[in-house]
Amino acid sequence: MEQILSLRGVGFGYGSTPVVQDVDLDVGKGEILGILGPNGSGKSTLLNLMDGILKPNAGEVEVSGAPIRDMGRAAVAREVAMVSQESHFRFSFSVLQVVLMGRFPHLRPLEFEGESDIVVAREALEATHCLGLAGRSVHTLSGGERQRVLIARALAQEPKVILLDEPTSFLDLKLKHEIFRLIGRLSEEKGLSVVVASHDIDLVSQYCSRILMLKDGAVFKVGEPHEVITAPNIEAVFDCPVQVETHPFTSRPRVSVL
Amino acid sequence: MDALLKRPLSPTRVLLSSLGMGVVLLLVFGASMLLGTADITLGQVLALVAGDGDVPEHVKLILLEVRLPRIALAALVGYALALGGVVFQAVLRNPLADPFILGVSSGAAFGAILGIALGFGFEFAVPTLSFAGALLTIFLLLALGARGIGTESSTILLTGVIINAFFTATIMFFVAVAADAKLHSMLFWLYGDLSQTNYGRLSMIAPVTLLASLVLYGFSRHLNLLTVGEDTARRLGMDVVRVKLVLLVIVSLMIGSVIAFSGLIGFVGLVVPHLARMAFGSDHRLLIPLAAMGGAIFLVAADTLARTLVAPSELPVGVISAFLGAPFFIYLLRTKGSQWNRS
Repeated sequence: MEQILSLRGVGFGYGSTPVVQDVDLDVGKGEILGILGPNGSGKSTLLNLMDGILKPNAGEVEVSGAPIRDMGRAAVAREVAMVSQESHFRFSFSVLQVVLMGRFPHLRPLEFEGESDIVVAREALEATHCLGLAGRSVHTLSGGERQRVLIARALAQEPKVILLDEPTSFLDLKLKHEIFRLIGRLSEEKGLSVVVASHDIDLVSQYCSRILMLKDGAVFKVGEPHEVITAPNIEAVFDCPVQVETHPFTSRPRVSVL
Repeated sequence: MDALLKRPLSPTRVLLSSLGMGVVLLLVFGASMLLGTADITLGQVLALVAGDGDVPEHVKLILLEVRLPRIALAALVGYALALGGVVFQAVLRNPLADPFILGVSSGAAFGAILGIALGFGFEFAVPTLSFAGALLTIFLLLALGARGIGTESSTILLTGVIINAFFTATIMFFVAVAADAKLHSMLFWLYGDLSQTNYGRLSMIAPVTLLASLVLYGFSRHLNLLTVGEDTARRLGMDVVRVKLVLLVIVSLMIGSVIAFSGLIGFVGLVVPHLARMAFGSDHRLLIPLAAMGGAIFLVAADTLARTLVAPSELPVGVISAFLGAPFFIYLLRTKGSQWNRS
């Protein structure tokens, strides 16, 4: 399988406190990788290392075979898109304007978005079911709509891999599943690789093809859901007694807290 | 072009809107040329523009040596202050930021007053000191308020207010100990005075302002991204630290050089960008030219009021600008304050 993102012995820390240690990982084309781990286990830091916002103290992150530390920000943004929690719109932009911001790394200085950029934005809006929102101000969106628009902006970057940091927090049951189904569709139809960090073990288990479990910044276990989501693993990582059953419809592991 | 999705902004629209605003500016400029203590008719102005020899010498003198440079200065200063406001609001992601409130103006004023107190000339030393003062304020602001240029923080505005207070106190100190001969020029300068100008001074600030606005326009898409957040801007492919540094240095250069000749004029940099955002939206590719020219219109109008309202006496233009701006600022705070406080 073609490797989109590779981490080799990646470590990162603030001062002498390590946050991420010695992570080896390959993300293949079209794969959905879930990252699980308790608060402070290094999930967000790992995502920030993957898109080059943080520079590793040790090891190397490679995007499509090229070391990310040698790439400029725009070059990274054409390969890796990140949907994080920190987008706040102080000033009013329309949904279309926000999605077109995803074209930034593709445009030359002073270049205006052209017809081809509108086509890309339209596809991104369609894929996320946001086309009807195009003219709305971002200030008027609900939580679920907002999250979809941010995913559309990431799609407009035309990246090879999308990183999502807690995309379903603050969303209700239906919207949580909508977001993960959207992720599944993107990987299936567009061959997009997805890395998603989440606290929701059941969602990750149900929708991800592979799961990385982090404990204290180090890889505790990587593998398919049934290999990773086991009672002993979860008890060791989350320090919480659980029982793991099989989901009656998806046959994926499902967790009940004891 | 896609039937459902229209391109939100095209170069043609920017060009046409800018031309439209330019025409309004020209009209206001022309009207201001006609207004004043001396009675001058439209016919005389037109004759002068047409190069007709029929214009009386004193009218020629008033128009060309008094009104024209003063109105041109008002236009340039308004242009620069409004543009500075637009950039500060975007870079600091705070709709209440402007060169005046952030202390950049008083930093520049501090430099200029220091220059006047030391008896330096207005031709080179005072503007240089004024620029240095503006730059110093920016770095104080970033060092104290944001702990480094890469961090965003809401404390930056408060830090600006404090820097503003400190420089204002320092300026007051200079005014208090100044010799009587220098006192008058200091005070008039502080209230914002556009009457003391000549073509030599204009030829110093016009190129700086126009060059700065061209550079800033080149960063208009970057400014759009910065309003959404530095992390987002970085993730979307922008070299945030470098861009912010360039933007802040360019704005300080521009603000510092205009303030050296205009004195302290508040609220233009706050009110005009706001009105422009309400009218034209948040895209800086449209906002930059329209807000800058709007600032020019605002200040030309304010200065025309300043020199005609109590004629033959004059009001400092800063007074008019604050009279118009302060109530508007309070109105904005009352109606939109909660929206801006969203983290």
